[in-house]
Amino acid sequence: MTRLTSLTLAEARDGLANKSFTSLELTDAHLGAIEAARALNAFVMETPDQARAMARAVDARIAKGEGGPLAGIPLGIKDLFATKDVRTTACSKILGNFVPPYESTITSQLWRDGAVMLGKLNNDEFAMGSSNETSCFGPVVNPWRREGSNTTLVPGGSSGGSASAVAALLCMGATATDTGGSIRQPAAFTGTVGMKPTYGRCSRWGIVAFASSLDQAGPIARTVRDSAILMRSMAGHDPKDTTSVDRVVPDYEAAIGKSVKGMKIGIPNEYRLDGMPQEIEKLWSEGAAWLKAAGAELVDISLPHTKYALPAYYIVAPAEASSNLARYDGVRYGLRVPGRSIGEQYENTRAEGFGPEVRRRVMIGTYVLSAGYYDAYYLRAQKVRTLIKRDFEECFARGVNAILTPATPSAAFGIGEKGADPVEMYLNDIFTVTVNMAGLPGIAVPAGKDTQGLPLGLQLIGRPFDEETLFSLGEVIEQAAGRFTPARWW
Amino acid sequence: MSVDAATVRRIARLARIAVTDDEVPHLQGELNAMLAFVEQLSEVDVDGVEPMTSVTPMEMKKRADVVNDGEIADDIVRNAPATDDHFFLVPKVVE
Repeated sequence: MTRLTSLTLAEARDGLANKSFTSLELTDAHLGAIEAARALNAFVMETPDQARAMARAVDARIAKGEGGPLAGIPLGIKDLFATKDVRTTACSKILGNFVPPYESTITSQLWRDGAVMLGKLNNDEFAMGSSNETSCFGPVVNPWRREGSNTTLVPGGSSGGSASAVAALLCMGATATDTGGSIRQPAAFTGTVGMKPTYGRCSRWGIVAFASSLDQAGPIARTVRDSAILMRSMAGHDPKDTTSVDRVVPDYEAAIGKSVKGMKIGIPNEYRLDGMPQEIEKLWSEGAAWLKAAGAELVDISLPHTKYALPAYYIVAPAEASSNLARYDGVRYGLRVPGRSIGEQYENTRAEGFGPEVRRRVMIGTYVLSAGYYDAYYLRAQKVRTLIKRDFEECFARGVNAILTPATPSAAFGIGEKGADPVEMYLNDIFTVTVNMAGLPGIAVPAGKDTQGLPLGLQLIGRPFDEETLFSLGEVIEQAAGRFTPARWW
Repeated sequence: MSVDAATVRRIARLARIAVTDDEVPHLQGELNAMLAFVEQLSEVDVDGVEPMTSVTPMEMKKRADVVNDGEIADDIVRNAPATDDHFFLVPKVVE
């Protein structure tokens, strides 16, 4: 059982293809692991019956030689993805027991390719958070602990359940979403690989919306190769999402092992923060040295508007969220708290249904869009966003193939350690949020450990729709750094 | 810029979120902390800069104006808190 769950997705795929084991055996091994890991609170709904039924069906397909690229692979699904007939809540009380009568495009593509659903994964409420502490189902626990300590740590967020489950070997990969760092930051906190694709690469249809111009789905997996395999099934044009791009989906896995010789890697000066821990600084230079040793050329670059990305994000994202979340009114689905009038019913429902972080963001978003403040806040932030994107475009125009940065300013922190000051929590996304503001692809790859034995990640930022280069470079880092697996205590 | 207690109540009303008097000072502090944080944007020179409207340059796609879905009223009301014969029920709006 342990043996099957510790395989990588690529190894399991080979094992299924040469009939060393069945999808049902692989699925059962993971269902057992999930049951034994409830202390992590990574899953908010386990779907063992459905998982076994899917596994049996795919075993029959494999036997006939009809298995798809993910045939028999058990995955976890972030609870932001609508799954037909399986409760989908975005980990918010306001969605209550919402059971979608439809399937998100991304998950339908995963099932088309033969994947098996193990259950729904915990996340920050409406994906708003960087620690998975805002979920109405309670915080997720990171399978990693500081050496010699049993303090429970956050897995990062908002895709904390996805990251924790993948790191703890509960699923072979997971879907995740990233609006300001929600794939890459939890991946860095758990020693997993997280890929946020270019805006428009994956369909957003059927994913609970947070900030529509920033949201993008992607995989969290245990290796760079595994994330490339998942990306191929998740990406693609969808007529139901007008922002999804009609471009051929490449065979991302073919980029693994490709030479990076002669590639120009930008090292942005602005990511060198005052007071950044020395170990992050060291990790960053090590990563650069590995890429150089593989034949890449390092160039110093400047992205002058970097420091404005986070404040601009905290105008744009709440503004879009306040608009998107207007639909939760207690009329068509979800929670309803009665009032004397329909207006009072709306207000009572939303007061009861939204947690403090969501309420805060909806209110700030409402304010920056309100009459008299729109120009000063929202319009200015959208202009700053143009400047942030222009910084990147100028670097790419000078021949830079990708940019190397730290993924996070620290390793995972303790549950309850941050959050008294919301802005302090927001600073977690300081290195990742620029990528969403510019719509670019970014990958977080584990690259080392801090002095307390916790994993740390590096981020690679690519040109639009050049995820392949990120997979090639990410593989170089993974080969040099090795893989990171937490010691089991749960 | 910062918000006063009356503005906090006005925002809550616009956002259709009931807020009790006890919650106002706390919310006011949080909103002002966020506004103080974003204040640094005022130092950026944005003269002549176009606001971003689409992060990926793309042509707006159009679809044929035809009915391609429907007859799923059961599905649509299935999650509603109160319904009657494929209608959503709400408190009386018009006297």
